[in-house]
Amino acid sequence: MAEQLVYTAKDFATDQDVRWCPGCGDYSILKQVQSIMPELGRSKEDIVFISGIGCSSRFPYYMDTYGMHSIHGRATAIASGLKISRPELSVWVITGDGDALSIGGNHLIHMIRRNFDLNVLLFNNEIYGLTKGQYSPTSPEGKITKSTPVGSIDHPFNPLKLCLGADSTFIARTMDRDPKHQREILLKGSKHIGTSIIEIYQNCNVFNDGAFEVYTDKATKDDEVLMLEHGQPLVFGKEDDKGIRLVGSEPTVVSLNEVSKNDLWIHNEHDKFKAQLLTSFFDDPSVEGHLPRPFGVFYSEDRFRYEELMESQIKEAVEKKGVGNLDLLLSGSNVWEVA
Amino acid sequence: MSKVVEEKKEVTIVFAGDSGDGIQLTGTQFTNTNALFGNDVSTFPNFPAEIRAPQGTLAGVSGFQLHFGSVEISTPGDNCDVLVAMNAAAFKVNFPRLKKNGTVILNTDGFNARNLKLADYDVSPIEDGSLNDFRCIQIDVSKMTRITLVDSGLGKKEVDRSRNMFVLGFLYYMYNRNLTATEEFIKEKFSKQPDLRDANIKVLKAGYNFADTSETFTSRYNVKAAQLKKGKYRNIMGNQATALGIIAASQKSGLDLFYGSYPITPASDILHELAKHKNFGVKTFQAEDEIAAICSVIGASFGGKLGVTASSGPGIALKGEALGLGTILELPMLICNVQRGGPSTGLPTKTEQSDLLQAMYGRNGEAPIPIVSASSPSDCFNAVYEACRIAVEHMTPVIFLSDGYIANGSEPWNFPTKDKLKPIIPKIKKEKGQEAYLPYKRDEKLVREWALPGTSGLEHRIGGLEKENETGNVSYDPDNHQLMVEIREEKVKKIADSIPLQPINNGVEDGDVLVLSWGSTYGVVKTAVKQCVEDGLKVGHAHVRYLNPFPNNLGDILKDFKTVIIPEMNRGQLLKIVRDKYLVDAKGINKVKGIPFTTDEIIDAIKLHLKD
Repeated sequence: MAEQLVYTAKDFATDQDVRWCPGCGDYSILKQVQSIMPELGRSKEDIVFISGIGCSSRFPYYMDTYGMHSIHGRATAIASGLKISRPELSVWVITGDGDALSIGGNHLIHMIRRNFDLNVLLFNNEIYGLTKGQYSPTSPEGKITKSTPVGSIDHPFNPLKLCLGADSTFIARTMDRDPKHQREILLKGSKHIGTSIIEIYQNCNVFNDGAFEVYTDKATKDDEVLMLEHGQPLVFGKEDDKGIRLVGSEPTVVSLNEVSKNDLWIHNEHDKFKAQLLTSFFDDPSVEGHLPRPFGVFYSEDRFRYEELMESQIKEAVEKKGVGNLDLLLSGSNVWEVA
Repeated sequence: MSKVVEEKKEVTIVFAGDSGDGIQLTGTQFTNTNALFGNDVSTFPNFPAEIRAPQGTLAGVSGFQLHFGSVEISTPGDNCDVLVAMNAAAFKVNFPRLKKNGTVILNTDGFNARNLKLADYDVSPIEDGSLNDFRCIQIDVSKMTRITLVDSGLGKKEVDRSRNMFVLGFLYYMYNRNLTATEEFIKEKFSKQPDLRDANIKVLKAGYNFADTSETFTSRYNVKAAQLKKGKYRNIMGNQATALGIIAASQKSGLDLFYGSYPITPASDILHELAKHKNFGVKTFQAEDEIAAICSVIGASFGGKLGVTASSGPGIALKGEALGLGTILELPMLICNVQRGGPSTGLPTKTEQSDLLQAMYGRNGEAPIPIVSASSPSDCFNAVYEACRIAVEHMTPVIFLSDGYIANGSEPWNFPTKDKLKPIIPKIKKEKGQEAYLPYKRDEKLVREWALPGTSGLEHRIGGLEKENETGNVSYDPDNHQLMVEIREEKVKKIADSIPLQPINNGVEDGDVLVLSWGSTYGVVKTAVKQCVEDGLKVGHAHVRYLNPFPNNLGDILKDFKTVIIPEMNRGQLLKIVRDKYLVDAKGINKVKGIPFTTDEIIDAIKLHLKD
């Protein structure tokens, strides 16, 4: 079959009925992912989607590529093995807040430090949906759910901070209700060579409706969302009238009526120290004087990939010792003969 | 003075000392030299779980048992002819196994007041008459070593560390062996530290010369080469043979090897061995935990590689869920379990066969997995190769069972050449056919086709949810689930048609007692059964390599004997399966002491059942 590199989004849809709840944020993500696939420049057969367990993990069934719907928390580990053994494939990991940060927390951080060239889409809805509504490791303190009838007493993870703590080479945040931004970030993530972590705020309209409403509702989003753009000052607000300025090491909201744009914090995707501060913009939006929540690419860095080093070690071994000879290996160096 | 040379057919030596005394190395060297000379050998290392247990204590004793001879050797020996004890604790632990009139070689420096106290001796066993019935050779090894190296410029610690070479040299003289192989080993080991190289060789020679000139003993021993089957041999340890078997399977199947594992005793040496052979395209991945190890293997298998992981009982427990995934995905992969004493952390450095039921049933749902077991150190090669063949040709995870005893034990291996190995043919679908690809469509063996990412037109999704027959689409249909469970079960059963029939390995073909064994008990049962047959008893021995599915004729063999007894280093696991499957009133002989059976234990059990 001739190579067909000119695809449309439709080429990536399967014949399976999509079975998320009506109104689920996952639909939007599926649509955007299918829409960027033709832009990867990869043949369909070279793309693999691996998921764990959870609502979002049904994703591979709806992508007409190679795919595996695996077990809870382990998509990252399965993708690691696949990427080591088949470095040429474009491998995507679909995971959720429970899958990646609770049961699969260990694999997540180890995958990140090894920096395989993988794309990880972390659907964060701050709830366990598939098991019908228990709090998740990203649910806020005090969250009332089926398993926390008088409020959660778990302190939540800050996912991007956790990933950066594991020396992530690409972290970004986007949301289901902003398809344009989602598309842009998905493309940026796909181009990053290394593990790209994209946290997607995804609304679960059945068990946690409105969890991210302040960032998506027209009335509030301009004051709550801080859009990050490389080389641009940190500006937000309805009239683009507010900015972030670093006072010492403390990010401070300032009015652009009082401070010039030139004196604001200029976003630099490659500044690891500032990226750490940015991941700390994680205030409860209901608290007075809180910082806005950043979206976009927080940080990116070029660092060696595990699978590439492994390939080069193998190449080196072959150069040094020659291609392995099984008969010599089996005989070893201390042989005696019984005549 | 000249010494008399006595002929011996077989000798068992136990080397014992602190875990830091280099006992394992001394034993291995003595083994290799004897194997190269042409003896049949069998070894059994026995060491504590602690890397450096407190010096001089009973808990810190490391032992290495070697049985070598001019006759066929099948076990490391029940009791020893010679005990080499570097200190009082090592003596105390191993003395009960010294044969009457046996020889004990003592490092007197290890019997000082402190050593005696640590070993709980009020009076030194050298002085209290305990050794009256034995031949006792006393050497102050520390002193001799220090004198030998007085001009070496090495520190006291480094000097003392080469004491084991003195003992080794001493024994080489005693057993009429030359030093060449060990000298070569030392030269390679210390190629970058010439002072240590020279010191070790000097001490080795000093031990040899001391044995020659001193009057510590009067006769040397000669153990002639054994009449092994014609062919080329090398000495090999079980874990090493396992690693080579896996590489061989990779080469013969044309599938690159991906090995994902997490360090665990006693399986880690497989990882160490494989990591050396990158020029065979071997990719070894030390995962963050046992679960990641098996999951990375699933990823690699999905990608079309020979995916292999190894662990021991506790690690296999962690892999359970992923094994279920491997089973429902129907991807080939190999899971090695080098069993150790359990439950929980149990006895990490001791041996047991107590994970058979775990291998057989240790997953949720109906998740049958084929099981192949190894019977001796060198047999690990054949058994693991077979396990890989079944995995690849039948598209299924396969569990390979070894244990600490054969993993660390060694013996001569009449190794094969590449062209003598059975072919392994993967069922890879190379291109899109006329009809749409159905991932779970099967052949007559119920084996599905393996379509690899990168193959155009075969894009498909697989997963842990129940799948519709043939299409692999998610299905919750009740009849379909029943069908799929039955198909997966039948697929594993059908493997029995492509494995050899069960032979009677030793003894009579039908008669009074059948000893049915599996795994590392092979050597000891063989020795015991041969002895019984020599004594005129009607005893047969069948050793089962394929534990799931069993060979098709196993049930018939069981019927040919009045009594079936099953010796196992567990509380009766094969026993349960055999009783369940064949409804025979088999009897167990069960030992869970972390150490292998002795021949006498098996013989006594056979004789006991003959009386019934």
